[in-house]
Amino acid sequence: MPSITREEVAHLARLARIELSDEELDHLAPQLDQIIALVGQVSEVAADDIPPTSHALPITNVMREDVNVPCLTPEQALSGAPAAEEQRFRVPRILDEEA
Amino acid sequence: MSDLIRKTAVELSELMASGEASAVEITQAHLDRIGAVDGAVHAFLHVDTEGALAQAAAVDQKRAAGEKLGPLAGVPLALKDVLTQDGVPTTAGSKMLEGWKPPYDATVVQRLKAAGVVILGKTNMDEFAMGSSTENSAYGTTHNPWDLNRIPGGSGGGSSAALAAYEAPLAIGTDTGGSIRQPGAFTGTVGVKPTYGGTSRYGLIALASSLDTPGPCARTTLDAALLHEVIAGHDPMDSTSINQPVPAVVDAARRADVAGLRIGVVKELGGEGYQPGVEARFHEAVELLTKLGAEVVEVSCPHFEYALPAYYLILPSEASSNLAKFDAMRYGLRVGDDGENSAEKVMNLTREAGFGAEVKRRIMLGTHALSSGYYDAYYGQAQKVRTLIARDFTKAYEQVDVLVSPATPTTAFAIGDRVNDPIAMYKNDLCTIPSNLAGNAAASFPCGLADEDGLPVGFHVMAPVMRDDLLYQVGGALEAALAEQWGGVLMSKAPELEVSR
Repeated sequence: MPSITREEVAHLARLARIELSDEELDHLAPQLDQIIALVGQVSEVAADDIPPTSHALPITNVMREDVNVPCLTPEQALSGAPAAEEQRFRVPRILDEEA
Repeated sequence: MSDLIRKTAVELSELMASGEASAVEITQAHLDRIGAVDGAVHAFLHVDTEGALAQAAAVDQKRAAGEKLGPLAGVPLALKDVLTQDGVPTTAGSKMLEGWKPPYDATVVQRLKAAGVVILGKTNMDEFAMGSSTENSAYGTTHNPWDLNRIPGGSGGGSSAALAAYEAPLAIGTDTGGSIRQPGAFTGTVGVKPTYGGTSRYGLIALASSLDTPGPCARTTLDAALLHEVIAGHDPMDSTSINQPVPAVVDAARRADVAGLRIGVVKELGGEGYQPGVEARFHEAVELLTKLGAEVVEVSCPHFEYALPAYYLILPSEASSNLAKFDAMRYGLRVGDDGENSAEKVMNLTREAGFGAEVKRRIMLGTHALSSGYYDAYYGQAQKVRTLIARDFTKAYEQVDVLVSPATPTTAFAIGDRVNDPIAMYKNDLCTIPSNLAGNAAASFPCGLADEDGLPVGFHVMAPVMRDDLLYQVGGALEAALAEQWGGVLMSKAPELEVSR
């Protein structure tokens, strides 16, 4: 019994916003199954009373004074845009036809 | 002046100070070398000929005007394509960013420029630094200068190959699970992962934010230390940057003394799965350090065994979040914007077309590990294992000053060998990953050639957080003792590359 099915991988691709082809799904699903079996080894470690580490070093939030500092010009900010219009990023429609 | 390419950064600096060579001559010699050998090596994705010569000319002018210059002013460098450089194409090895020119410099790049270091161009890497061979680059594989049929390691294979091919005396890499140290080991060069937070991540295209660390690559320990000193130090633009003085790495590399130093050999990083030639060179290096006065003991780090599975949960989880920004809206690739398709459809089509197979694998793995119902069993448990690995280090450092192991279980493998076996590929990083999870400093230094294949072996040193100086102390001592045995550094044994015109 695989740890992850082809259907579940297709679902993950939708969540991750990747339009996978059928061929890629055929290829990726068994690979992900193997990898999940590998990473599942972490469950062998008895760690119920162990605190999780999200970060290697003890860090605290860093603040700075609320003052103006130099930043990108609109031209610089838009310089890599796939499409721009009226000094803004132009994006495809975000609502459904019926909306 | 073609011998300029064989010099170390220190030697080049002396030649410039004495007026025997100019920065422009040195830069041109390296650009010529790139032109002659990079067709075969493919270390570079972009060569900035004009920009490099202009930076070099500026250094020569300052020198002529009597300005005080740093030790690396006028020395050429190869920059991993994951760091932004203002106006210079930056792709992170991905089709997603083909043709993108960032409008700002990474902090590391700002510091290189301020030090007068001449940036020759951007080096090849696995896409978004995901990989151990550069075979995941969207722009073709880099070839190992020791054997062009083999991979140079990864993700920073381009930077290390540039050093080994004498295309640059210095390079910058980034290390998330071994991406500086493993290519260093595979190419017979020095690769250092500083303490996490010791070098700034500002302008580094993020893979896993709690692990990513930029660091120096060079052919000698002292060159790496000089570069380390230039790029390291607190940066207000990086919220995880450590606000403490940079460890005295250059002094340590010069001192190169291990007398009385306590060295722990990690029991778990050896044995089954390790190539005999790798283990032989590693143990000889340990013996050599003993002769130099180090006290060597065996140390056990029982949870290192689980570092690989924990890493392949933590890294994909962070990567899947970081790579969500590639949404086809503000920069980079956009596919399928035909006036009909919705933004979501365009996003899906773009990410399908722009990401390679390994990136998709890891994004989906991370999405899975973070999804409700699996979070505690995967990501949550991996974070607990991370705590246990950090505790193994803490306990070990109560006994010893540094830990050592081979840098990699094997030497460089053949191109194509592991592309369809992700797990075999992941196992390259068995020895390097624990230090990323714990955030401590670590480095690989050349320690000889394996008997089976004549390929370089890396000696891995792990030092406590903010004790990066200890790495250079050990590396410097080992390098000097081995150079005495061999009559030169390991790189002098590398085969001559065929030069094309």
